[in-house]
Amino acid sequence: MAVTTAAPAASDEKELLISGSEAVAEALALADIDVVTAYPIRPYDTVMQAIAKKIANGQLVAEYIVAEGEHSQFEIVKHASTVGARVFCGSSGVGWAYAMECLVVTPPLRVPMLALVGNRALDDPGAFGVEHNDALFVRDLGWMLCWIDSSQEALDTTLIGYRVAEDRRVFLPLALSADGAFLTHSQALTLVPPREKVDRFLPRYDRGDLLLHPDNPITVAPQANEDWVIEIRRQNDEAMKRAYGVIEEAYADFRRVFGRGPENPWFEEYMTDDAEVILVGMGTISLPIKVGIRNMRARGKKVGLVRLRWFRPFPTERLVAALSGARAIGVIDRDYSFGSPFASGVVANEVRAAMYNAERRPPLLSFISGLGGREVTLEDVDKAADMCFAAAASGKSDTKTHWLGVRE
Amino acid sequence: MAALIVEVVYRGIFQKNLAARIARGIVLSARKSGRWGIAFGRYGDSPQRNGIPAKDFAIVADTKEELEQNMARYEPKHTDVTIVLDDTLGKGVESWAWYGLQPINKLTVAGGTVLMTSLRSFDDLLKDIHKKDEPYTLALIRAKASFSGLWVYREDHTEVRMLGALARVAPQFLTLDGVCEAIREMEWGSDLKVASARKAFDRLETRPVRITEGNPEVPYSFEMPKWWEMREGVTIPAIPVGKPKEAGKGYVPERNPYFKKYTTRTMRPVIDFDTCVKCNLCWISCPDSCFDVMPDGTFDANMEACCGCGVCEAVCPVEHCITMVNESAFDDNASQWEAWRRDKGAYKTWLVDTIGNKKVTVRSHGFRFRGQYEEELKQDLDAGGVEITAGIPGENAAHKTL
Ligand code: SF4
Ligand code: SF4
Repeated sequence: MAVTTAAPAASDEKELLISGSEAVAEALALADIDVVTAYPIRPYDTVMQAIAKKIANGQLVAEYIVAEGEHSQFEIVKHASTVGARVFCGSSGVGWAYAMECLVVTPPLRVPMLALVGNRALDDPGAFGVEHNDALFVRDLGWMLCWIDSSQEALDTTLIGYRVAEDRRVFLPLALSADGAFLTHSQALTLVPPREKVDRFLPRYDRGDLLLHPDNPITVAPQANEDWVIEIRRQNDEAMKRAYGVIEEAYADFRRVFGRGPENPWFEEYMTDDAEVILVGMGTISLPIKVGIRNMRARGKKVGLVRLRWFRPFPTERLVAALSGARAIGVIDRDYSFGSPFASGVVANEVRAAMYNAERRPPLLSFISGLGGREVTLEDVDKAADMCFAAAASGKSDTKTHWLGVRE
Repeated sequence: MAALIVEVVYRGIFQKNLAARIARGIVLSARKSGRWGIAFGRYGDSPQRNGIPAKDFAIVADTKEELEQNMARYEPKHTDVTIVLDDTLGKGVESWAWYGLQPINKLTVAGGTVLMTSLRSFDDLLKDIHKKDEPYTLALIRAKASFSGLWVYREDHTEVRMLGALARVAPQFLTLDGVCEAIREMEWGSDLKVASARKAFDRLETRPVRITEGNPEVPYSFEMPKWWEMREGVTIPAIPVGKPKEAGKGYVPERNPYFKKYTTRTMRPVIDFDTCVKCNLCWISCPDSCFDVMPDGTFDANMEACCGCGVCEAVCPVEHCITMVNESAFDDNASQWEAWRRDKGAYKTWLVDTIGNKKVTVRSHGFRFRGQYEEELKQDLDAGGVEITAGIPGENAAHKTL
């Protein structure tokens, strides 16, 4: 197997050894955010610290407001955004849950906030490790949701995120999900672009006719009953639909300006071209799966990975095109949805729904793994792939959801 | 195979328990002749605010299928009977602020009935009630509007009188015996109430209304915007800054062009511009910013905006300078200041007459002194029911005394 060596930093980019959280903070300084709110919860607190340091070092001038809880934290940035500030906020696990009332109103008010969710298991039991259920709370509400799996992607997607969210055609909040510990606390070599390039890519936030300002007197969020609500929801629906095109545009422009970044914004495809079995997952689970795939390929088993980045808006058509050629699909969820169809995880059910109208529907298997931050082992990946090969041979989907790595 | 659809139009908060009891009583009465029924309120936030016109509905039908047929709509499109619990609602309904003004008889079918409590004459009421393209019947129970509060219920027999009257209007669905039996069995049952229902049945006054009769005004309406015409982000433009009243003097603020409060109030302020000391208190205190500043520094309450809360009357430091007067005394929403400017003498005469008339200045809700309820109850029963001998009816009758 070919050995890949790291490319040296491009002449105008700095190479730093930073964590996913620090990479986000680098991007926030480059994006010159105006208001950031903070309330500590692990692993989100790592971002707070990194931003505080940037401000203390004079690398970023921004209002840094320590709120008395997550609820206020999100309220403050929501209001700051309506008066035209570029804002950042975030949380983890039950902290994110505590902010729910504010999270719910952010999309209908068309506030393009960027939030980092350092994914964390929901209490109880009190646990720090990663699960995706926290960010998924808002999956139906008009939040855009994106999962990243490296420090580089954290930095790049923060810049792309502002560009997409603040586009007048969209004006929706984006929650960027970073797996607790695996990404928030792991330092990796990351390219940091110069400010001039970022300025060419990311225009100023212009709230236009929705700006709350004495020169543009408006009332935001009046009481409205059933004679208005469905129209407001329909507006949200349209904004989310428009986000598809805006995301494609933003990634194309990112590649043009920075000379890197993926062709396909929606998901990463790893060795899928000739794959008989395709595994699907989100976040840092990609690492053990990729290594597992390489090992399996060495044994002649053609396995590939689709790592989903964008969960909302969901890349239905492209995903169907990428998956329907496989002989079997295995979705590995780092989340749960108790009592859902086939007792599957959230991603598996979404993929199933997306595949419903596909002309070719390979057997689909659903796995739950890595909850609470437990390691997804190479053996787990092997086991999942083997079950998929068996399903491919029989041509039948398995209606049972398999829990990997659970003591039994 | 038939169904009876009834709407009960009431004043939010003050009559919500009353309306619900009537709707419930209709269904339970019809059940006595083996019919199916449902009683429901049209849910919303704004209706449950003081005095805002709101609706309850009762549907009874011969079969369950027929009932469902009529229940499949959020709100019936047509009603056989429109029950109106306050005669100032004759001016119409602006229930949820955004529909414009709905004439009180809008849903009433051709040949249907508008059934009202009122002490006013038919002709007087028809000055308020909009003209309708189809003939219908106006039916009156002689009583004043029964108002109470959010947590209390006024036991003045209005609910059973309505049921007795309805048995007269729609005998094929509610028999008087059925109504009486239901009243007796229900939580508020008493022979006294049964007697009130029978009296209302006997004493109901009716009058056919021709298509030529009624208020000829075209009710205020407007078009709801499409989803793509609405501003995004749940935002609405602020009300622009206002203008001087005339010749650079005074100040008239701009107001929400869609939400008029013509029918929200049961009373409105009458202002004596001669005695006003221009202290500003009414202008500052009005919760709905109703007061236009006149060139002479007095304040004119704009009837497009007034909800009739009475705060201005309470804060005005000059005796009889602001007096709340029942809506029944007015046929339009014209400016009082303009009338005063035109003819000060005539205005004064009108003002003295109006605020001196006890009939229109008595409060339609709230109690002013201890024992008022008992006193009014006795009066009401003397007018329409039977002598009170057995104490006040109700579940806790034993604990109550006159
Ligand atoms: S009654 Fe007086 S205070 Fe109340 S809304 Fe009308 S004008 Fe304003
Ligand atoms: S409160 Fe009375 S006296 Fe004062 S300005 Fe108003 S109407 Fe005149």
